[in-house]
Amino acid sequence: MNARDSILARVREALRGGSSSHPAESETQLADGPREVRPFLPKVPDDFAGQVALFAERSESLKTEFLSCADEAAASAQLQLLSDREGWESVAFPADSEIRGLLTGVSVGKLEVSRSTVKTDLEKVSAGITGCDALIAQTGSVLLTAKSGGGRALSVLPVHHVVVATYSQLVPDLPAAFELLEKKYAPNFPSFMTFITGPSRTGDIERVLVLGAHGPRKLTVILVESAGTNPSSIEQPPPS
Amino acid sequence: MASSASQFNADATRMVGDLGHRQMVQQSLSGYQKARSSNAGRFQDWESARSRAAATKDEAIRHLDRYLEQFEEKLIARGAKVFWANDATEARSYILDLARAKQAKAIVKSKTMVSEEIHLNEALEKAGFHVVESDLGEFIVQLRHEAPYHIVFPAMHLTRGQISDLFQQKLGAEATSDPEALTMTARRTLRQAYIAADMGITGANFAVAETGMISITENEGNARLTSALPKTHVVLLGIEKILPRLADLSFFLPMLATAGTGQQLTCYNSMVGGPRSAEEIDGPEEMHVVLLDNGRTRLLADAEQRDALRCIRCGACLNVCPIFRNVGGHAYGTTYQGPIGSVITPHLRGLQSWQHLSQASSLCGACTETCPVKIDLHHHLLQNRRNAVAEKASPFQQLGFRAFAFVVNRPGLFAFAVRAMKCFSPLQRLFNATPADPAWPWTKSRELPSFARKSFRDLWKQRTS
Repeated sequence: MNARDSILARVREALRGGSSSHPAESETQLADGPREVRPFLPKVPDDFAGQVALFAERSESLKTEFLSCADEAAASAQLQLLSDREGWESVAFPADSEIRGLLTGVSVGKLEVSRSTVKTDLEKVSAGITGCDALIAQTGSVLLTAKSGGGRALSVLPVHHVVVATYSQLVPDLPAAFELLEKKYAPNFPSFMTFITGPSRTGDIERVLVLGAHGPRKLTVILVESAGTNPSSIEQPPPS
Repeated sequence: MASSASQFNADATRMVGDLGHRQMVQQSLSGYQKARSSNAGRFQDWESARSRAAATKDEAIRHLDRYLEQFEEKLIARGAKVFWANDATEARSYILDLARAKQAKAIVKSKTMVSEEIHLNEALEKAGFHVVESDLGEFIVQLRHEAPYHIVFPAMHLTRGQISDLFQQKLGAEATSDPEALTMTARRTLRQAYIAADMGITGANFAVAETGMISITENEGNARLTSALPKTHVVLLGIEKILPRLADLSFFLPMLATAGTGQQLTCYNSMVGGPRSAEEIDGPEEMHVVLLDNGRTRLLADAEQRDALRCIRCGACLNVCPIFRNVGGHAYGTTYQGPIGSVITPHLRGLQSWQHLSQASSLCGACTETCPVKIDLHHHLLQNRRNAVAEKASPFQQLGFRAFAFVVNRPGLFAFAVRAMKCFSPLQRLFNATPADPAWPWTKSRELPSFARKSFRDLWKQRTS
């Protein structure tokens, strides 16, 4: 018998030996989905403005730089300001993305990431600029995938990660983020999906917080107000 | 070689006397405690979250065979390879053979307790592979040739001074007392390691059956780099990591962060479901998932303690344990320290050699109370004690208990025995806390309580007469 069959046989044999004598109290309604878990997760305001405010507040405590812009022209100007302030020499972004348009007027070296991009080049750029799949108000997180984030490395290898998001991408909470992933991708999920919650950090030395352990030392989220769909079309959590 | 029990006794005794070490551990954990309670407070109902998490894990465990098959099927469909390992040897040799086949010159690893469990690094290094731990804490303990001190905070026992000395000696860095400067030294060293590595090895915090994905929780970004840059990504995980549905992560991720480090969500929570797909621009060419049993099915067969398989390795029970906080992580001599380690190690490595850890407990129940998946930890410690005695009783202990039972079942004899002990008590005082003291095993480290002038029985008689 190979290891697979013998492990599965042992599992089945073990489970035949009676049910656990320490069952968890509630065993019902496990497959009922997000409606069931929202009442115990951290609270999120029902209104969109409240959710934006919560995202801003979470960002601040996470040391994420959060910038709100009226439209795409303002976002371009914001990128120029960032470039001047940080002294960017070059930035990398996904090929064939809207980021290229935003960077048109910005005077900085540009690297479009593709299959032939060398990782040592990517490591040297001043910033990686990506889109995302969603922003999560509840946790101040950015949800991105290999698809929206220009692969796996662009959002983690450069020392500064800049995310450009639209209003319509803000979702209230984690259950909504998972619903969105399933609606958007299932069953063909990107091979890599991640929730980014603040810049990389560690507390491994005397529990002192240090930013930029291995990933980006800085995380900037630029939220563009007018792009994308109308905020009122955003799914709200059902009343609990 | 000393038995694991006598080694534990010697190490624990030494550590308890090390006041500096104790103070440091208490201090780092008090910061954790504050952050944790404020984040658990953000949950609208932490208790319901615990019940839900426990029930979800129970569901996964109850149908473990089916979920494991589903997990495997989905992963294979996306081009990953799945290897099942009965034990540590099989897991090690699979990874060794793979490293040889890929001619991996450099291997980078992100934190995985399962690799500690199977002593993977030693095996790879012995075979001539260069392995670098990339989690900062793990990197530090690897440079010191030490085991991780804590399942979540591996270098918690070291001061910045000790780490600075270590980096000076091993990496040629400048001396500094700044944790940021030390972190940047490690960052520079490890960046090169990621880029040079041919193979990346990670663990997994969860395995989602529904979609065939692993989920990795971390703060530093090292696991992301390890699973993004090398050509081959190896995932090593225990079969108990299964969660039924992708959406289950919507509460497990914030619960793990809250219980583990006192954060609302850790910095990166990444789900990986295969090697790079045809339309993706980067990522590994191959993904190998190693599913390890190594004693877990033994624990599954024990209906009384099966709930220990719910464990998400958050480390919360270590942080609140008065024993852990005093003897420290290394004294345990196990991969998994603290209450959860004391519960599961006898199943993974044998009851008789590891039951002593279940004796090292005040049974205060702080572990059970803090556990986010409601494992009945302190009762399991008691059960381990019972099982160990049932399996192999010490004749001396048996005789003692038989004599005790004989005396307490005879009120007259009991009253006589109490009076006799009271008479002997001044005699005992002469030898108190010396090796000649008959109560020496107790009095060498504790005070023997003195007999009350009047026993409860005497007082009762007085009141009722």
